[in-house]
Formats: sequence, structure tokens, C-alpha cells
Amino acid sequence: MNLQRLKWLAAVVLASTVLAGCERPPIDAVQTGFRGTGMDLVYNPRIIEQQIPLNTAPAALPEADKGGPRASQVYKNVKVLGNLSVGEFNRVMIAYTQWVAPTQGCAYCHNLNNLADDSLYTKVVARRMTEMTKHLNATWTNHVAQTGVTCHTCHRGQPVPNQVWFKPDEAKLAKGLLGQRNGQNEAGQASVAYSSLPKDPYSAYLEGSTRIRQISQTALPQGINGYGSSIQATEATYGLMMHMSKGLGVNCTFCHNSRNFSDWNQSPPQRLTAWHGIRMVRELNNEFMTPLTKVFPQNRLGPMKDVAKVNCATCHQGAYKPLWGEPMAKVWPELRGPEVKLSEAAVAARKAK
Amino acid sequence: MADFQNLFTQVQAVTTPHAGVPLAGPDNHERIGKPFLLHLAGRLGNAQIGPIYLGKVGIASAFCFVIAFVIVGFNMLVQVDYSPIQFIRQLFWLSLDPPAPEYGLKLAPLKQGGWWNIAGFFFTVSILLWWVRVYRRARALHMGTHVAWAFAAAIWLYLVLGFFRPLLMGSWSEAVPFGIFSHLDWTAAFSIRYGNLFYNPFHMLSIAFLYGSALLFAMHGATILAVTRYGGDREVEQIVDRGTASERAALFWRWTMGFNATMESIHRWAWWFAVLCPLTGGIGILLTGTVVDNWYLWGVKHGIAPPYPEMWPTVVDPTTLQGAK
Repeated sequence: MNLQRLKWLAAVVLASTVLAGCERPPIDAVQTGFRGTGMDLVYNPRIIEQQIPLNTAPAALPEADKGGPRASQVYKNVKVLGNLSVGEFNRVMIAYTQWVAPTQGCAYCHNLNNLADDSLYTKVVARRMTEMTKHLNATWTNHVAQTGVTCHTCHRGQPVPNQVWFKPDEAKLAKGLLGQRNGQNEAGQASVAYSSLPKDPYSAYLEGSTRIRQISQTALPQGINGYGSSIQATEATYGLMMHMSKGLGVNCTFCHNSRNFSDWNQSPPQRLTAWHGIRMVRELNNEFMTPLTKVFPQNRLGPMKDVAKVNCATCHQGAYKPLWGEPMAKVWPELRGPEVKLSEAAVAARKAK
Repeated sequence: MADFQNLFTQVQAVTTPHAGVPLAGPDNHERIGKPFLLHLAGRLGNAQIGPIYLGKVGIASAFCFVIAFVIVGFNMLVQVDYSPIQFIRQLFWLSLDPPAPEYGLKLAPLKQGGWWNIAGFFFTVSILLWWVRVYRRARALHMGTHVAWAFAAAIWLYLVLGFFRPLLMGSWSEAVPFGIFSHLDWTAAFSIRYGNLFYNPFHMLSIAFLYGSALLFAMHGATILAVTRYGGDREVEQIVDRGTASERAALFWRWTMGFNATMESIHRWAWWFAVLCPLTGGIGILLTGTVVDNWYLWGVKHGIAPPYPEMWPTVVDPTTLQGAK
């Protein structure tokens, strides 16, 4: 009898160990494609429920008077938002505090004895981030549409957004003759959804312009000079896709028809939005984030002394649309345009598609 | 009477362990160790452990395996800075990867994948020597060499993955890494890179033989256990001298599906299904990237990938549009 009990106990312990990493059913499946083709989106309603506070936008501030003198006429050293009325300008400043530094207050960016002073790095960064937001809302509508973004989209009430990335430090493994990680095969890597895929999908694809496409576009091999993409390059792309999947809280079929990942004609339209998003993030990192490297103090930099950079999760934070599509920027026309003049490299990147 | 309606083996023959049949010539002496009975082993198979025999080929095989195992193991240990806790925690993630594509078929520096080549060489030699051993032991016992040839089918798939295909592709980087998750990553990436392996007809065959093997194994095992009370456990004798057990089993399958295997044919079915699984799979892998570059498009070309109704506005590849940014 005791042995029987012990057996049951062992079975229960074994089963719970094996199943410990699993999400419990029921799971909601939303069919998006033709029946029987597996074009479904899978959501865990319990996880969605946990995400409600994260995806609830803060209450909008009352509208400000558009008339009267401009901010640049009244305040000193206003470089980006100078064309706003004083009322609008102050409303934006209050919102910034709410979005970025709710506990730290104005002093997080301003010298309280002289608000025009640029001595705090946070103010210099905030100015550039304002330009970035305005630029993004004006020119990247093929990704952010009219929904747009505000500081809150990334910051969510925190001075540093929850999800940013730095280059990994691999110096430790560089010594000796053994033990190459090959940039992958490491446990606990949230960047690639805890898989063993190449763990830094960002440097190559969201900063650099490494080719993402690996799948052959012809039934038979073409040409005599090699055979196209390698398996290892495919794994690197796979890592980026895992980041996007995790960052947006969606499975592959949100953007791809998994019978043939590469075919655009069979892909859901979300793939096009994501394609523009990748180019957008590259531009944000190269034109706005990286040039700020020297502005930030050492403790804000990564192990390779690089600045915190943007990836898909920086805005999305696990939602298919940031804040589940709440069009926050609609009530903030102050944060739309003009386009910032880009470097030659960025202009070339845009032209090269 | 023994009860066969149980998951585990119920009967253990407890007797003086025997050294096995006497053989003519030097093979008669090739038994090392005094055999003994182990009850737990008897729950799974035969309770008797030993005698064993390694011989020159077996020792050479074991030696090569240990070299490969140690190379892979130490590369993994260094990756976790020799921490035993991290080694266990990250074991499924750790891997010894083949060299990067730029090294082609050249021997890469040790740390850039050279170790993979060396470990792979010793592992392959070890497997091939073990095959020789399996073949020669079967010969020594005047058995058929069915086991050796079934093992050879598995070796074929292994060699295609790690040797023949990389050779044809001109790059060791195409081969499979030594690691738990990393070889699964390889599998997934391989399928996606070549446009979905499910449209590869040899992959289809391999799956059919794999699932078929499991089905045949279950059907056969269940049938024999079900008629053992009538002497069905003497299945091989009943090939030529079928008794009531065979008759009952045959009628059972005729009743349920109108057709039945025989005591002989079921074993031939099982052997061929198991052997054809890696044989066809190996052909499918060998053709991938060398002869066919995108199995989905190949499937479209040959009418095996049906079109489905469009459910959303057609999306056009943005890189084909002028002025897209």
C-alpha cells in the first residue's frame, strides 16, 4: 500500500516537473486564415489580463490654450518646441514628467534654479528624444500609422524604458582554445525568447542592415557560386524573428503564412507593417540613439560602452500594438513633425529600401 | 499462471547465469566477467548481466567515443567557466558548433569550429568501428546480420547530415552542431531555409516509415502479449507451425481490418519500416540544397502544394516597389 502511494507521489512529482514550464489551458485561438491551414493567433487570456495595466494609457491632460505668445518668446533656450503656445508647452512638460519621471519630477531633467540650463544630460537627451518622436510620427506613418507614439509608448512612467538593448560582452570567452559560444547556445536569453539561437539579433539587423532574407526564391539551386544562405545565417534571422514574436506577444502566423515563410503574396498584411518597423528602428538607433552615446554618463551605458538602443519590444512591450493600439498621439499634435534632417547614410538606406 | 496484462515484465527466470552457447574457435573465449543476476534489469529485460566482450575493435571504438565526448564536454565546460551548477542548468543550451560558412571545407582554427571537426571525426570513427563490431559479433554467433544492416541505415542518415551533404555543399558549416537545443535549432532552420521540408517527398516517406514503425511495433507487441496465454510467445516457431495463438491473432486482425500479417511477415514489415525511415530521410536531406533549393516552390511546381483562398488584402514585397522606404 505504501509502495503504491509512493509510486503515485513519484508520478505526480515527475509530471509537475515536466509540465512546470507550460502555460495551463484553455488558450484562445483566433483564426485568421483559411480553415485548416493553421493560420491562427494564440493568446493566453490570463497573460492578456495581467497586461491590462501595462497597456492602459494614462489619462489625457486637459487641452491648452493655443493662443498667446510662443514658448520661444517667453522661455529661454527652447529649441524644439518653441513654436507652441506657452499653455501647450507647459502641458507637454507636465506630460513628460508624467510619462518619464513621475516620481523624480521636473528636477530629473531641469536645474530648478534655472530651467533653461542644459547642464543635466537628461535634458539634452529629452530634447533629442522629442525630435525623434516628432520625426517618427511625421515620417514613419507606414509603421505607426495615425496612432503615433508619445514618450509614454516606450517609457511607461520610467526614466529608462523597460526594454532596451546593449551589445553583449563576449570578451570573457575570447581567451583560451576551447569553449566558443558562437554568439549563441546560452540559457536565459530573453532577447531570443530563451531559445539557444544567436542571442544578439539586434546589432546585425536593428542597427546594421544585414540581410534578413534567407529562404531561396527558386525551386532549384541557381548559379555555380555557392548555394545561397547558410544554415547559420538562417539561425541568426530566426533569432530576430523570436525577438519580434516575443516582443509583440504573437506567434509566427501574425505576419507569416508558415507553409512558406518568405512568400509575400500569402503573408498577412502585418508583415508589411513589421518590415517598415525594422527600417524605422534602424533609423532611430543610428540617427538618434547612437549619436547620444557621449551625452550619457558611464552608468547608463552597456558593458561595451554603447548607448541603450531601441528594438521592437521597446515600444510594443509584449503587445501586438503598443498600448493595444490606443491612439495616444492623436491628442498630442505637438509631437508630430517636422522631419529631422537625416545623415547621408540614413538617406541612402531609405533609398536602397 | 503469469499475468501478461501488465505494463512491466512479470516473469524473471532466476537460475544460474549461463555464459552462452559454446562456439568453435577463438570466439568461444571472448567473454569477459562472471555473469550475475540483477533484479531491476529483469524488470526491463533479462536479469542476467554479462559476460561482455569488447575486443580490439570495441576498445578502439570506445576510445574514439571517449575522445569525441571529452572534446564536446570540455568545450561546453569552458563555456560555463567550469561551473558544475551552470553546466547542469545550461546543459540543453550548450553546444559545440561547426565552423562558420567562410571556412568552407578547410579546417578552421580549433576555437572557430576546428574542435567540431575533430570531435566529429572521432565520433564517426567510433560509430563505424561499432558497426564492424556488431557485424562481427553476429557472424561469430552464426546469426544473420540484420542488426548490422539496420544500424547501417541509421549511420547513413548520420553521415548524410554531418559528412556527405556538407561535402556536396562545400562547407562544414552546413553540418549539425553537437548540442541538445542547437541541433534542434539546426533542424528548424534547415526546414525554413529550404522552403519547408514538409514538401520534400522523401521527408514525407521518412515520416510515414517513422510513424509506421511505431504503429507496427505497437500492433505487434500488443498482439503477441494478447495471445501469449495460448503460446503466442513462441512466435517464430509458429511461422511454420502455427497454433491456436496464431489463428486467434490472425482472426482478430481479419475481423478488425480484414487482413493480417503472418508471424514471419510482421517481422519483415517491422525491419523494413525501421530501416527505410533513415534511408529515405537521408535521401531527402542529401537532395536539399544540392538538387532542390525550396521544397515549397518545388511542391507548387509539381502540384503537391494547393493554393488556398485569399483571406486578406494581397501584400506585395516592399523591396519590389519603387520609392518604398
